[in-house]
Parts: sequence; structure tokens; C-alpha cells
Amino acid sequence: MNERAITKVAGTTMLAGQVRAPLITLAEPVSFWGGYDAVTGTVTDRRHPDLGLCMTGAIVRMRAARGSSSGSSVLAEAIRLGTAPAGFVVLERDAILMLAALVAKDLYGKTCVIVQVDKAAYDALDGARSLSIDAAAQVAVIDID
Amino acid sequence: MTPTLTTDEQAMLSGERGPGVAFAMELVVGFAAAMAAPSLLKISSAHIDGCLYHGQVNLDFVERFVATKAKVAVPTTLNVGSMDLVHPELFHGTDELAAAGTRLMRAHEELGCLSTFTCAPYQTMFRPKLGDQIAWAESNAIVFANSVIGARTNRYGDFLDLAAAIAGRVPAYGLHLTENRRARVVFEITALPTGWSGDGEDTERTAIAIGDIIGTRAGSDIAVIDGLSPKTTEDDLKALGAVAASSGGVAMFHAVGLTPEAATLADALQGQPPDAVIRVTPAELVASIARLSTVADATPLTAVSLGTPHFSLQQFERAMPLLRAMSPKLPIYINTNRQTLEALEQRGWDRELKAARVTLVVDTCTYVTAIMHELDGAVMTNSGKWAWYAPGNLGIEVAFGTLAECFASAAAGKVVRL
Repeated sequence: MNERAITKVAGTTMLAGQVRAPLITLAEPVSFWGGYDAVTGTVTDRRHPDLGLCMTGAIVRMRAARGSSSGSSVLAEAIRLGTAPAGFVVLERDAILMLAALVAKDLYGKTCVIVQVDKAAYDALDGARSLSIDAAAQVAVIDID
Repeated sequence: MTPTLTTDEQAMLSGERGPGVAFAMELVVGFAAAMAAPSLLKISSAHIDGCLYHGQVNLDFVERFVATKAKVAVPTTLNVGSMDLVHPELFHGTDELAAAGTRLMRAHEELGCLSTFTCAPYQTMFRPKLGDQIAWAESNAIVFANSVIGARTNRYGDFLDLAAAIAGRVPAYGLHLTENRRARVVFEITALPTGWSGDGEDTERTAIAIGDIIGTRAGSDIAVIDGLSPKTTEDDLKALGAVAASSGGVAMFHAVGLTPEAATLADALQGQPPDAVIRVTPAELVASIARLSTVADATPLTAVSLGTPHFSLQQFERAMPLLRAMSPKLPIYINTNRQTLEALEQRGWDRELKAARVTLVVDTCTYVTAIMHELDGAVMTNSGKWAWYAPGNLGIEVAFGTLAECFASAAAGKVVRL
């Protein structure tokens, strides 16, 4: 029984694609360089509250990525290996995620969807367990499953 | 938001200059959109950090451009790689890593990049000029270019550095724009610790101490330092920037009377009030130097490593008399670039250094690859940057000291203070 008041939100497509997957919300931004293992797809930052969490195949909701720009290499390597998240819902325009997804899509034809949403839409996803994202056009539509 | 493109840039993006240029433009434009930059800027040079091997994706990315026969659009220098291509026998890692590391460096050469393989491209013939718009990667090079030269770059890194070099464009945002280069935080040095003078070795010591402090306390805010000795050298400012970019996310600093956008304090602040003024005490300077060492004075050493960032010819000119005055008990490694190595060979100094147990390393650096053999103890360095990263990268203990202290310690086999 889905009793949610809001079942659909809109966002801006940063990297186009369509994906349906479980939702993981990170308590804090993660640094893909030094805080994430591309081989296992898990958070490895000892100071991160989600230490040990595997994000493979999930849609990850977080404010933004953080840390060194080498994070782009690590995330792109994870997309290549098939261990990366299937998509991201972020609050801030994020260069590290963007470059990783652009490079991986071109090199390997593998898509990691990125959608930027405003604070209201971000908060509306609280408690959601799975999302369907249609980010084919400039305006992305996110359905809460 | 997509940036506004010129007709020329539109043509590059749509593939009229080939698939390599189109891919590079796609990355630059995608990045510009992510940064909300309204347009692109032409650059006059680039410096690329992507020639150090981290994984298969690095090779795939570069080979993608090589396959399209793309070339860089502007003079493009290369940062250190994983190998010393001039002295490959120095490397003692796996054959697989040697092959991948070498290929990554060679592939960049095939794109038309210059074989500089140095983290101090600003001390080669490819040094940019005041006001030049450039796309540079490598944290110490970024700080030096912005601060000491007054060229303009953001902190570029993975993928975007090479894309910008091939497209010849960067997004118009951040430190490319005058208003964003204004100092926000003033660091005042009103007195030096007892025994530190404003001359000789002490300008190096003071520069590294304050560099470490602005990195820790200003983070990515632009700092202006007031009170550095007028005798502070370019190599001192290089060391200052390198340590500031290690202890914090510093992309630029000003030093009143020493750097080109800070003839006066008011110039550095662009006539506006600072967000904060921090008075640095002598005790803080002493503490910052102490923090760079993980071992106590008199601790036995296994080796000395100098030249992070790469040693300049001027630094060798300072080092040679120190070396001649002692006989080292320990192996000494000095990282430098090919151009400086040539200058050493012309003077016959390379032979003299070798005879004194000095290993000259070019194209790479002792803390990013397998070159040093003495990793089972404490190593001394005159680099604040090396002191920050080597313990994590190499699993060693580190002692920090001035150049003269490093040589005195090499002669004694243990940490000596002067």
C-alpha cells in the first residue's frame, strides 16, 4: 500500500538515461578517491558513517561528491568494472561525478544516470526504497516505486 | 545550464574537427555546465597530471584520443609518470605496472604533449606569463602558476586536463576571473621564532611553516601573507605552495611584496576588507615545522630524499657546496627534471653527485613509485609535501629539515638540527 503524498518529482538531467533500482541515501558526501573501493563498490572511508556499505547497482542519493578530482578516475573505473551505482540523485552540480560518467559512457557504453534535484524534491525522497528515473530529456522524472 | 558557445566551439563539439576534438569538447562543455560557467575561455597552455598510472581507465581514456589521431591544441607539459624513462633500471616494481606506466607516458607523447615529466613545469622553458589563461593540473604547479607567476588556472585534474588541452578551452569560472582571485584571509607574521633570521636557510623554513599553516587554516579560501622576508626566494615560494596544497585545498596565495598580484596588502584584497585577519605567532611557526616530522631529533636515518617538487638548478647550486663540505653515510635521492639534468651534465655535477652516493631521479618522484630501497626506517626530506605524503604512500617514518640540515644528517646518519 503506497500512502505517500508525493509519488513523483522532477529534476534536471545531468547524465541522460533510464534506470529503476533500490535507493540508498548517504548520510554524508563520499570521496571516491581514498574513500571508496572500485573493485567491491563499497565505502571504505573510516570516518564515513556508511563505512562498508555496498552501492553497486543502486541509485545513490547524496548532496554531492567530495575530495580529490582523482575521484573521477576511481568512479569511472568502477563503472567499467560494473561495481558502480546505477545512478545518482544529487543536490549540487558535481564535476567529479559528471566527468566520471561522461568518460565511462563514451569509453565503455555504460550509463550511470545523474539527476540534480532541488531541496524540496530531494527531501520528498525520504523513506523511498526504490526509484524509477526517466532522464531521457532535459527534465528528468523520478517515480517513487 | 549549457554554456554559450562560439560558432567555432559549436563546430568542434559537433565533430567537424574530428571525433577526438568532439569528445574533448563534450567533456569541457559538460564540466562547464556542472560548474554553471556561462561560456568558455581560450587557454595558452596546459599541464597534465593524467600520465601517472592509477588504473585501466586511465589508459583507455588516453588511447581513445590516440586512436582518433587527436593532438593537443596548445603547448602541453606533462607531470611525473610512474617511471624514470631516462633511468628505467631504478624501478623495482612489477613488470606489469612498468609496462602500463610506460605506455601511459608514451601515449601522452603521441598526442603531442611535451616530454617534460615534471611537477615543476614553471621552472622549465615552458613557464607561463602573468595573466595567461591556462589549464593546469598537479596541486603544487597550480598554486605556483596562480600565486608566483600570476597565470590563471583552477584546480584541474583527472580527464579534464587532457580534454582542455585538446579543445584548447576551459570553462570561464573561478580563478580565471579577476574578482575571484582576491585574498579573503590575512595571515600576519610580526615576529619570527628565536634563532630564526630573515635570511639564508631561514627563509625556506619560514616559507614552509607558513605554507603548512595557511593550508590547515585557510583551506580553499585565498590567503594573503604579510610579513615574509624580502629575501624569500622563488624556490622558497615553491616549497610554500607545495606544502599548502598538501595540508589544505589551496589553489592560490598572495605574499605582500613578493607575488605579482600583491604589491601591497590592499592590492591582494582588491581594496575590500578581509573576512578574517590571523596573527601567526612564533610558537605556531615552530609547531608547524615540528608537526612535519614523525620522528624525534637524533633518530637514525636510512636515506635522504630531496626535490619534491623537482629540484631547480638554483637548488643544486645551493646544494653542491653543502655536499662538498661533507661525506654522506646515507644514500641521497634528488628528484629533478630532464632539462635540469642536462644542465648538471654540462657542469659535470652529475658525476660528482653520483660519486657522493646521490641518485638523480627524473620523470617521476620517490614517493609515487618504487625507486627507493631504504623503506624500513626514517627518511629525511626538505620538502613539506613529501613529509605529508610519504608516510602514507611508502609506509615510512619521516624527518623534515632544511637543505643544510638534510646534508648534515646524511653525514651523521641521524637527524641533526642546525
